[in-house]
Amino acid sequence: MDYTTLRHFADSWGLLAMTAFFIGAVIFALRPGGREAAERAAQIPLKED
Amino acid sequence: MKYGNEIVLLALAAFAALLGAAFAQDSQFGAHMWVLFFALVAGAIVLLRTGNYAPVDILAEDKSPYMDGPIRYGVIATVFWGVTGFLVGVIVAAQLAFPDLNIEPWLNFGRLRPLHTSAVVFAFGGNALIATSFYVVQRTSRARLFGGNLAWYVFWGYQLFIVMAATGYLLGITQSREYAEPEWYVDIFLTVVWVAYLVVFLGTILNRKEPHIYVANWFYLAFIITIAMLHVVNNLAVPASFLGSKSYSLFSGVQDALTQWWYGHNAVGFFLTAGFLGMMYYFVPKQVDRPVYSYRLSIIHFWSLIFLYIWAGPHHLHYTALPDWAQTLGMVFSIMLWMPSWGGMINGLMTLSGAWDKIRTDPIVRMMVVAIAFYGMSTFEGPMMSIKAVNSLSHYTEWTIGHVHSGALGWNGMITFGAIYFLVPRLWGRERLYSMRMVTWHFWLATLGIVVYAAVMWVAGISQGLMWREYDEQGFLVYSFAESVAAMVPYYVVRTIGGLMYLAGALVMAFNVFMTIRGHLRQEEPMPGTVPALQPAQ
Repeated sequence: MDYTTLRHFADSWGLLAMTAFFIGAVIFALRPGGREAAERAAQIPLKED
Repeated sequence: MKYGNEIVLLALAAFAALLGAAFAQDSQFGAHMWVLFFALVAGAIVLLRTGNYAPVDILAEDKSPYMDGPIRYGVIATVFWGVTGFLVGVIVAAQLAFPDLNIEPWLNFGRLRPLHTSAVVFAFGGNALIATSFYVVQRTSRARLFGGNLAWYVFWGYQLFIVMAATGYLLGITQSREYAEPEWYVDIFLTVVWVAYLVVFLGTILNRKEPHIYVANWFYLAFIITIAMLHVVNNLAVPASFLGSKSYSLFSGVQDALTQWWYGHNAVGFFLTAGFLGMMYYFVPKQVDRPVYSYRLSIIHFWSLIFLYIWAGPHHLHYTALPDWAQTLGMVFSIMLWMPSWGGMINGLMTLSGAWDKIRTDPIVRMMVVAIAFYGMSTFEGPMMSIKAVNSLSHYTEWTIGHVHSGALGWNGMITFGAIYFLVPRLWGRERLYSMRMVTWHFWLATLGIVVYAAVMWVAGISQGLMWREYDEQGFLVYSFAESVAAMVPYYVVRTIGGLMYLAGALVMAFNVFMTIRGHLRQEEPMPGTVPALQPAQ
């Protein structure tokens, strides 16, 4: 595997996979019903030590 | 016997260091091995004196839910290295203003400057990150640190790394990569310590009793993993000899430069940003006693930061031999970083909504708020400076130094001070800090020190940049380089004063922390607003 192959992979499938993962992560964070889970998670530090 | 294996290992390592000193290829490596030998022997002696000779099964095991010993040591180390690093910073600032202070060969600017940067970033910042991450991961996972004494190895191993790095610089051992100056053998040792750190942290997360992994731990974990990757790749080098201090990078030319700045910028992004954001997402809600403003925004903050930061490094190489497309890529990703950075800043500040009065009544909250404000300011300034047109003025000037210090002193320093003031009474079981008034003093000394420092460096940097590019009508440069250096002298003097104020604030903190640990409480007026004012009828 030389530099050119790696470079072409990086700016095609690699770029697509990373963009898809990022958008997926954002959509998952904002999913309907995610609010309650997020509010529970936000309370974790404030429960007793 | 307690610590039996550790003592034997330390003694063997000390013997190996002695052999290294005896067969060293160069005198610097030999001197460095002597330093290592004495450090290891001192460690072995301390362990021998504190060791208990009863059989292991009789010794009571610590059954407390959390392992706080390494965190207590870590907090003390943070304060110690902080004061040391700021002091060296003031010295190098004074050396620039008064060149006679360069004492050759060990204490000239070239050797003290990496000592300053490593002491503040890796010794002060690194100890703060390790200590707070151990504290946060236990509390938010409701699990004891994984790996038993491995956490102690991480603490002491990291201190040994700091000592080896610092003494190496003074001896003149450097691979001349900014923020990655230690030579190959110190790098290998740090890699081992860092993997142990990852094992302790990740093991604790895997053992957690809390189903969800709190967002602060995501930031800490990203910091640990990314630093491991950056450190290993940037330090790929071939030693010139097995027992010598010199190595040669695996990369050459512009590839070497890009690898270095991929490392260098992500040291900022993951060491000084992601790790300290982990601090922000735990200690700000704790001190304010309110949950983070938007947990979902914190998740988006996390992923955006991770995906964008890693590409921003090439902006350190504008107008160099680096291909143009790579420079533009670095610039574009730096500008995109505006959004997650400001999202995170808003998230941190808005955590105070409904409790804004605490800025007036609680100097620790005030410190944290100023830290977040400086995070916002320096993450605005940074992308602006990454724009090629701006960079052509700002690069290689004092403006960069001012930018770095508004981020490091303002954001990293202040959030760490806030976390230290939060941790010390809790870790030592004290009712409160020795003095809240002293926290206010620290706050104002540090804030004014940063303002003086940053403002002076802006003026200095922009003058410098404009002098360098000033042509006359015939196309000749108007100023010689030496003239632009001479023009800096008043700014360098004032900058030293700004640094002195910041150091003075840190000394106030060190005294306050010391007295709190000793269990003293200063008799003083309570902060205004914390005690309800009596009505006339009462």
